[in-house]
Amino acid sequence: MGRRFLAYPYHLWTALFTVIPLALIVYFAFTDRYTAAFTLDNLRQAAQPVYLGVLWHSVWLAGVSTFLCLLAGYPMAMILAKSGVRYRRMLAMLIVVPMWMNFLLRTYAWMTLLEKNGAVNALLAFLGLPPIHILYTDYAVLLGMVYNFLPFMILPIYSVLMKMDKSLLEAAEDLGADAWTSFRRVTFPLSLPGVYAGTIMVFMPAVTTFVISRLLGGGQYMLAGNVIEQQFLAIGNWNFGSALSVLMMVLILLSMVGLSRYDKDGSGGYFL
Amino acid sequence: MNGMRKAFVLLLLCGVLAALLAGCGGGGQKSAKRELKVYNWGDYIDPEILKSFEKETGIHVIYDTFATNEDMYVKVKSGGSDYDVAIPSDYMISRLLRDGLLEKIDFSKVPNYSKIGAKYKNLDFDPKNEYSVPYMWGTVGIAYNKKMVTEPVDSWGILWDAKYAKQIFMLDSPRDSIGITLKYLGYSLNTGNEVELAVAGKKLVEQKPLVLAYLVDEAKDKMIAGEGALAVVWSGDAMFMMEKNKDIAYAIPKEGTNLWFDSMVILKGTKHKAEAEEFINYMTRPDVAKKNVEYIGYASPIPEVESKLPEDVRKNIAAYPDAELLKNAEVFNDLTENMPKYDKVWTEVKVAQ
Repeated sequence: MGRRFLAYPYHLWTALFTVIPLALIVYFAFTDRYTAAFTLDNLRQAAQPVYLGVLWHSVWLAGVSTFLCLLAGYPMAMILAKSGVRYRRMLAMLIVVPMWMNFLLRTYAWMTLLEKNGAVNALLAFLGLPPIHILYTDYAVLLGMVYNFLPFMILPIYSVLMKMDKSLLEAAEDLGADAWTSFRRVTFPLSLPGVYAGTIMVFMPAVTTFVISRLLGGGQYMLAGNVIEQQFLAIGNWNFGSALSVLMMVLILLSMVGLSRYDKDGSGGYFL
Repeated sequence: MNGMRKAFVLLLLCGVLAALLAGCGGGGQKSAKRELKVYNWGDYIDPEILKSFEKETGIHVIYDTFATNEDMYVKVKSGGSDYDVAIPSDYMISRLLRDGLLEKIDFSKVPNYSKIGAKYKNLDFDPKNEYSVPYMWGTVGIAYNKKMVTEPVDSWGILWDAKYAKQIFMLDSPRDSIGITLKYLGYSLNTGNEVELAVAGKKLVEQKPLVLAYLVDEAKDKMIAGEGALAVVWSGDAMFMMEKNKDIAYAIPKEGTNLWFDSMVILKGTKHKAEAEEFINYMTRPDVAKKNVEYIGYASPIPEVESKLPEDVRKNIAAYPDAELLKNAEVFNDLTENMPKYDKVWTEVKVAQ
């Protein structure tokens, strides 16, 4: 009990790198760019229809990509959890290894792959299929998001599935449930904490990304992250950028509160 | 006996530690070697030159890049970065000067300044030429792929032609993209008139469905790979593209364009002024400047360099346009209080769905 002082560095860290920056963002959001006097103008400007439209577009894209990650990630997590030890280790490596490579580099690679005369279209032409022109559209951005964030969906679900008591499945089978029923009534409900954790871990980076939308969206499909980046880096209006960030944080907070209602035992680890 | 051995080991440890510390001390003195932090546009120097500069002078160069003048300004202005030399454009130099962010250059330390052509000295942004040494100059124009664009390109209007939908790359740089639109509409690209700016903004929003992407440096690779038909580019980038892909040509529209100058400046508060001047002098040395323009493709303000270039380069309008083509060209002014109007227009263009 007397070891509390061991936590001090952690408190200091949190204060320095979480609390103070957050306080600064809030301060900038509520002050005037030139006079530093209190104002609501920045927030009022951020609440204009065009910016709300951008915000909505970001939430929509992030939502779709989260859903696609869930759709692709859940079966993957199940395969992973069900396979033998050696095979499982190899599969887990295959999922994790690409993440060792720089994220920017991988996204740049997609940029070249998806070109009109890129590798993907060359392959399609070889197979006698019509070419696709998705670079610099929402589809490319979605693809980039799903590709980059999929492991964040697979791993939490996988870890929950691994911990699941397998005798429950045997019991379900004994009681006459077929595979689909036992999945629907036993496996899936028990894996929900992992699903929530994965959802949050995919949704949050997806809704705030500006790199993927900039590289694969070609600077025309502005997402909230891009508008904020533009205000900070290109235009230098930190106050408006902060107001947009605050609006976004409120939005994320609300969605987390909404989701945590379902997470009864608090094992989702939302506040990672 | 045991006690003595312990004492001996302790003594030995002390000795080793002392030797290590002394070693560190020596290292510390060495690390006080001369340094210089340079902040330049992306893809805007022959990297070999940085190496040869380090070799010749023993000055270690820390080199960073930016994508637009505005990015550079925000970073320098907000402090925290300790760059010694930067290479911004004309209007941004006036702005830095107005904000007191530039250091006067001691021209006695930059003897190669005498090599710079007279028409590149004492320009509006630095009328007495105390703060800057020209690095490169050029224009903004349209790079196009002759295989996809068979009609003559002589007006900015072609960028609004629905025939080329989703084959157009625009510059992701507010002043350039708004500037050429203003020129197309017959206005000055330094206007502060809100009506004119609103018209230009509307025009750009109207163009948005035709634009494939807003890029800066990536546009070069995309055009070379034949991914687009038309791109608004800086002249030197056009030179680079033409060299890599023979189908690409460059045009300066008749409505006029932006004539720009990028110059080397020393930033206020530098701790390496002598090194900075040495660097500027080195970059202005004709043999170095020639190597540099041959690599990056922009136009040199040093006549001696220009005269030594091959004829096809000297005759290429992307590198050295003749006076007739620059008749309607304008140099950017610092917008001062009108800047937020441009920011607003650009933000609206970029967020338009």
